[in-house]
Amino acid sequence: MLEKTDVLEQHTTLGQKKLIVSHAPFYHSGHRVTERSYHTILASLPALLMGFYHYGMPAFGVVCLSIAAALFWELLINLITRRSITIGDGNAALLGLVFAMLIPATMPWWAVITGTFIVIVIGKQIFGGIGSNAFHPVALAVAILMLSWKFLFDFDAALLNYDLEFATIYPLTAVKYFGAASADNFSLIDLLLGRQLGGIGSTFGLGLLIGGIYLMLRGFIRWEISLTFLAGVYLTAFVFNLFDPARFAPPAFHLLTGYTLIGAFFLATEDSSSPVNFVPMLIYGAAGGIMTVLIRNIGAWVDGVILAVLVINLISPLLDKIMPRALGKVM
Amino acid sequence: MIKKSFWGLSTPQINYEMLPVHLPQTEKIPTPERITLFHPKNEALNQPLAWGIGDPVKTGQKLSLYPDQNDYVISPVTGKISSLSPYTGDFAKNYMAITIRSDDNEIFDDTFQKQIQSPTLELMSDYLKGAPGNPPLSLLADSNGQIKTIVIRGLDPDPMVATSQYIAQSRMKELENGIRILKEVSAVQDIILITAGESVQGYGHIGARVKNVKAVYPAALPHMIMKDVLGQVVPAGKTCEDLGVCFFTAEAVISIGSAFASGQIATSKILTFIQKNGTRKILEARIGTPIGDILRAYGETVNEFDRIIFGGPMTGSAVYALEHPVQPDTDSIIVVDRDKAAYVSDYPCINCGECVRICPAKIQVHMLVRYLEANLYENAADNYDLYSCIECGLCSYVCISKIPIFQYIKLAKYELERTKTPEAADA
Repeated sequence: MLEKTDVLEQHTTLGQKKLIVSHAPFYHSGHRVTERSYHTILASLPALLMGFYHYGMPAFGVVCLSIAAALFWELLINLITRRSITIGDGNAALLGLVFAMLIPATMPWWAVITGTFIVIVIGKQIFGGIGSNAFHPVALAVAILMLSWKFLFDFDAALLNYDLEFATIYPLTAVKYFGAASADNFSLIDLLLGRQLGGIGSTFGLGLLIGGIYLMLRGFIRWEISLTFLAGVYLTAFVFNLFDPARFAPPAFHLLTGYTLIGAFFLATEDSSSPVNFVPMLIYGAAGGIMTVLIRNIGAWVDGVILAVLVINLISPLLDKIMPRALGKVM
Repeated sequence: MIKKSFWGLSTPQINYEMLPVHLPQTEKIPTPERITLFHPKNEALNQPLAWGIGDPVKTGQKLSLYPDQNDYVISPVTGKISSLSPYTGDFAKNYMAITIRSDDNEIFDDTFQKQIQSPTLELMSDYLKGAPGNPPLSLLADSNGQIKTIVIRGLDPDPMVATSQYIAQSRMKELENGIRILKEVSAVQDIILITAGESVQGYGHIGARVKNVKAVYPAALPHMIMKDVLGQVVPAGKTCEDLGVCFFTAEAVISIGSAFASGQIATSKILTFIQKNGTRKILEARIGTPIGDILRAYGETVNEFDRIIFGGPMTGSAVYALEHPVQPDTDSIIVVDRDKAAYVSDYPCINCGECVRICPAKIQVHMLVRYLEANLYENAADNYDLYSCIECGLCSYVCISKIPIFQYIKLAKYELERTKTPEAADA
């Protein structure tokens, strides 16, 4: 019951109902980081399931180990640094999953453990945890593994013992070493339907497109980045192809092979390492696409997505300096 | 208080809810036994009080606790002062809380009535500052003709709140009267009435230019009206008044109009009351009515950790006591169940950029909040446009980390103001 007391008295009255005092806004959009992580995981499922279909139990094992290891490293760092436990936000699981999608199904267990260690500890936590990482943790980890154990990412060797019903040669290796004519061995439909060698979850173009479109429509990733990334890849590859069709593969081939699609939708768009303003996002995405094809066509590496993503991560803070003038800003 | 959109391609928007064509009736809250008024107090001066406990007061009587100062409150009831106690409001503003026990037979004070034959700005400033709607009359009186435009809000700045909208649509006669008096006493000839939706009809003789704004929050916030309606951008750190524009709520204008028409200063506040189940009512309550009385009148039960919000969902603040009174500027009271309230968290910014995209002032909020979290207020003001903020709260609304960004901004401005004041005193 409400007691009729004066203001001063009620200040000191004990036992009255405690109301929560706070300042506006009292509305919230209801969107949370956790939701973002789990929906991104959901969007990766089509591509992932195709990976399981092609590579079977070993692929499943690698994915499970990768997610579990990522969660383990996250928990360990939480405990060591005595911060609140963050494995529930889904970010560690998502990073573990994306890492697994990039690697071949036959990746040895120690490489998965090491890889996820780099993802979570070096890529994310030592920068200060979620939101503070300068680079995409997975791109960083894959780059370090590629430099340290080059054979791990030799898809032709890694998937040698698989009996698959499609050309068992990594498409990008084929065009790099045997010329653009070998791109003809891969029909675009096959590439789109995932009938190509590659990482567990990075070959099924259609699945990645569905996931990417879902994420863009829901606003979990920014369309500005993904679309300009793909446009950058397409246009650069188109110019190269125009210049020397015998040496450089056609643009559509570049769009559907290697890590292009997973890079455009899952790597380049990561929140903390990408810009937030409109024009910077366009430049960021386009730069990633251009770098990818430059590395593929005239660089030393077979695929350029990982290194391109790291390069654009690097220039992201600089790009975000291109910002609109604030309302009433006095110069 | 969660408003969720499924699609995320475009930025979410919060619409102002327009009242139906057939306006609802105001429901009257009976005069409470005790009312409380907040009289502004200057902490630095320890002056004797001009009023004491047990002094009788009449309805409409001016209570000035410190005769040397211009501050006063108007008693909304007839009765006896039953307590005087210091009270600290938001942002450490000091008040004296005057509690009056009301009598049944009401006697109106006629000091104001004797002077209404010649309305002047000074007279209004002397008696009507505490009228419902808090007309900014001392601002107008002290401006020395600097104010060139008066903007009357016929639309509440906050979504869900319908007080100004209701008054602008239901009390046109008094509004017209108020506008006429405002024009008479001040040099201001340009008066603009802000509306939204299809309510433009019927304002032909009102004596003000009628301007329609988009019915999307934050179009009715002062800075947005300045930009969209008057075509003037308020420079960072300046106020609308610096540019010669002064904002009145529709109720403030009505208070002026009715005070001169009847000779009595209005003592009832019109306010929007939103219950836990979302029912919206337009109430009329005496200024000083404790919120507990209103809740009891509607059988609304309040449990632990619920919130009672004074003001709108985007700019208001929740109070801690059921004794908190309705004040002359309380346009709405919203009761929120603890399960439906939005909580904040200490999760870090993940740089998603939602705040940057929704900010109507185009502030780089994601960078600003990093400075604010580290208490680097001056850097925030210098590098990331703290003073451009128009205080709409949309950044906190969209933040997926639920960072209390708006609260940080308010705190930063308050802290900077606090460091500035002693410096100015030293100089």
